[in-house]
Amino acid sequence: MEEPLDLTVTFSDQTLSSTAFAIHLQFEPPLSSLFLKFFTQSPPEYSTFSLTMEQDSGMFTVQSTIGSVLCCKCGILMQPNAANMCAKCLRSEIDITEGLQKSVTIIHCPECDTYLQPPRTWIKANLESKELLTFCVKKLKNLNTVRLVHAEFIWTEPHSKRIKVKLKVQKEVLNGAVLEQAFTVEYTVLDQMCDSCSRVQANPDQWVAAVQLRQHVSHRRTFFYLEQLILKHDAAKHAIRIQQMDQGIDFFFGKRSHALKFVDFVGKVSPVRSRNDKQLVSFDSKSNDYNYKYTFSVEISPVCREDLICLPPKLVNSLGNLGPIVLCTKVTNSIALLDPFTLRHCFLDADQYWRTSFKALLSSRQLVEYVVLDVEPVSSEVTVGGSRYILADAQVARVSDFGKNDTIFNVRTHLGHILNPGDNALGYDLYSANSNDIELDKYKGFSIPDVILVKKSYEERRQKKRGKARTWKLKSLNMEVDSTARGYNEEKISSEYEQFLRDLEENPDMRFNLSLYRNKEYQPSEMASSVADGDELPSIPLDELLADLDLSDVESNDDDSMAE
Amino acid sequence: MATRLQYENNSEIGVFSKLTNAYCLVAIGGSENFYSTFEAELADVIPVVKTSIAGTRIIGRLCAGNKNGLLLPHNTTDQELQHLRNSLPDSVVVQRIDERLSALGNCIACNDHVALTHPDLDRETEEMIADVLGVEVFRQTVAGNILVGSYCALSNRGGLVHPHTSIEDLDELSTLLQVPLVAGTVNRGSEVIAAGLTVNDWTAFCGSDTTATELSVLESVFKLREAQPSAIVDEMRKSLIDTYV
Repeated sequence: MEEPLDLTVTFSDQTLSSTAFAIHLQFEPPLSSLFLKFFTQSPPEYSTFSLTMEQDSGMFTVQSTIGSVLCCKCGILMQPNAANMCAKCLRSEIDITEGLQKSVTIIHCPECDTYLQPPRTWIKANLESKELLTFCVKKLKNLNTVRLVHAEFIWTEPHSKRIKVKLKVQKEVLNGAVLEQAFTVEYTVLDQMCDSCSRVQANPDQWVAAVQLRQHVSHRRTFFYLEQLILKHDAAKHAIRIQQMDQGIDFFFGKRSHALKFVDFVGKVSPVRSRNDKQLVSFDSKSNDYNYKYTFSVEISPVCREDLICLPPKLVNSLGNLGPIVLCTKVTNSIALLDPFTLRHCFLDADQYWRTSFKALLSSRQLVEYVVLDVEPVSSEVTVGGSRYILADAQVARVSDFGKNDTIFNVRTHLGHILNPGDNALGYDLYSANSNDIELDKYKGFSIPDVILVKKSYEERRQKKRGKARTWKLKSLNMEVDSTARGYNEEKISSEYEQFLRDLEENPDMRFNLSLYRNKEYQPSEMASSVADGDELPSIPLDELLADLDLSDVESNDDDSMAE
Repeated sequence: MATRLQYENNSEIGVFSKLTNAYCLVAIGGSENFYSTFEAELADVIPVVKTSIAGTRIIGRLCAGNKNGLLLPHNTTDQELQHLRNSLPDSVVVQRIDERLSALGNCIACNDHVALTHPDLDRETEEMIADVLGVEVFRQTVAGNILVGSYCALSNRGGLVHPHTSIEDLDELSTLLQVPLVAGTVNRGSEVIAAGLTVNDWTAFCGSDTTATELSVLESVFKLREAQPSAIVDEMRKSLIDTYV
C-alpha cells in the first residue's frame, strides 16, 4: 500500500501566544503514518498571569513572532518545540509503540463464530463489530503504558484468517512532548472449536441431561398440546434431540441447566411430579472433576380435560363435599374440576393432586354420542373459572339406540347454555359402563347418574367438511419417532391429532396460549360458501392466526428444524 | 573551538564550571579528567582554579563574574573567599554579596560590558553588580523565564538564548547587549543553555551530549573559529596575497 505519509506537528508556546501552529509534511513511502503532537507542559504561572491580564484588560499586547531554531540532530530549520528536535528525528529517536504487540493470535470457533477470551469464556462477535474491536484491543498487552486514542479495523478478506486493527496511541516522551503514533496490529485467527461445539461435532447425541416426560394415559392429546406450548415459548431450543416415546417424549440436552430450565417450564404449564438422578460417567480425582449424566423423570398427571373422575372420599371432604363425580374442565399447572350437577368447582395444584393421586373413571375416548331431545334450564347463567355454564335438565337418547328402542335418559347437565333440542352431545354412558373403580366402591349407597354430558358434538356437520383443508396449521417439534417401538400406532396418533385440532377449534381458551399459523395452501372453495349451513361450525377466526415468517432462503433451514 | 566534555558522567558542565576571559573556576571532583580538559585548553592563558562555593560543587550556578570581577553568594565560606582571592589575578575583584537569591549564576547573565539580571534582585545587588563587574545592568527575562542566567550564555562576541525566544525578544536583547544573539539548544535539545555551556571570547566548553549541529551553531554565534590560530593565519595569508597581487 503506497500512500504518502501524513506527518503533522503541532505545538503551542506559552511564552509567545496561545496560537497553535501546524506543519504538514508529506513523506513518500513509509508504511505507517506518524502523528506527532507537542503540548507545552504547565507554563510558568508568571507568564500566564501576565498574558491573561493583558488579554482581559484589552491592553496593548506585545507582538511576538515565533523564531526558528535548528533541529538539534539534523540541523533543519524548525519551530522550537519541547524536544527541540524535528518530527523526523524524534521519530527515528523514539518509537512509542516499542514493546506493544504487533501480531497476536486469537482463537476462534468456526462453528458458533465465537472468540476465546482466556481462560474459557467464548465471546460472540461478528467481523468488524464493536464487540470484536473491544475484544481485540483488550487482547493487547502493555497497552496501559500508552494512551489509546483511536482504534479501527482495516478491512481484510474474511478467509484470510487475519484481522487488522489500526491503533493510534499517545505517549509522553522527552521533556513533556506528547507523541502520537499510529500502528497496525495483525491478529491471526486460529480456528479451534469451542467445548460445546466440539462435543456436538464429535457426537451430536452426546447429551448430558435427559428429560423423560411421561403421562400414563392411553392417548397423546396432552403431548400435542404441550408440543405447541413448547414451540410457542421456544422452551426446547437447547434440546439436542427430541424423541417420541411410548406414553411420552424424551428431551436430551447438552447442559444440565438447560434441562432444569425445561423441567421448570413444564412444571409451569402442567401438573407434574419430577425426580432426578445422576450417573457418574467419569471423574478425575486429581482435579476433582466429576462428569455426570443427569436424568429427569417428569410425570404429568394422568387426569386430562373432559375426564370423568370419582374423587377419593378424603379429598371430597377436604374440598367441602364436592362431587364425588366430577368433570375435569381444564388442566394447566393446576387441575380444574367441575361438579356437573351443582356447578361447584375447585382447582387442585400439582402438590394437592399428587398428595391424593386419583385417576380418571372414564376418559374422553369412552365418550358416547347422544341426541338431545329436550332441555330445560334450571339455573341462570353461572361463570365458573372463566367459562359460562347453565345448569339444565335434559332428555337424551343414545344415537345408537335412536330408532331401535325407546331408552331415554333424564339427566342434569351443566351444558344448558349450548344445548338445544335436536343437538348432538357427547357424554359418558354410566348406565352401561362397567366400572371397577376402587374409589367409586368406597361410596356406599351413592347413586350414580346414568349419563353425564360433557360437550356438544359437531360430528354431524363435520362429516360434510371432511377432507377439506383447514385455514390454519400448527408447527411441530422436530421429533424422532421410532416406528418399531412397542405401542406405536400411526393411525391412532393421526386420529388423535385430528381430534386435538378439532378441540382447538371448539375451545378458544385452549388455543389462547398457542400460536396458530395461516395455512397458505388453503383456498376457500366457492362450493363450500354457497352451502348454507345454518349453525356455523366452530372455526378459528382469521385474526387469531399468525402469518408464518417467510424468508425464502431462511425458511428452507427453518423447515428442516420445524417439520410442519 | 568548542570542547565537549562531561563532569562525572553528567553533561551539565555549566553547572560545575565558570569560564570568563580572565579566569576559569572548576568544581572539585572525584575525577581529574574534567579539570585537566580545562587545563589543557586554558593553562597558558588564564588561571584555572579548583574550588567549591558554599561547600558545594555547583559553582557555575552560584557565582557570576567576568574579567573585571567575581560575585559570590552570601553563604560562601571565608576560606573559599580567601582561596579565590589568592588564586585569581589581582585585577579581578572578588566580592561576596548579601543577596537573598543565592544562586547568582542563575540570576545573572553577563559579559564584560552588560549584565542581564533576574527582575527581583535587590537594588544594592544591582549596584554591586554594576560596580564589581563594571557592567550596565538590565533587569530582563529570556523567553518568559526570569532565570536569565540559566537560559542564556553570553560572551563579548555573541550569545546563545533559550530556543523559545521570539524574534522581537531577540532583537531587544541583542540591542541591549550589543552582540548578535541566536536562539538555540545544547546537550541534544536542552533549553537550559547555561547549564550545558560555558563560554568566553575565544573558547567554549559544552556537555558531551551536544550534537554537531548545536556545536556548529554555537561556534558560529560565538565566533570561535575566527579565534583559532589557523584562522588568524588564514586571515593574514589573505591580506598577504592581497598585497602580493
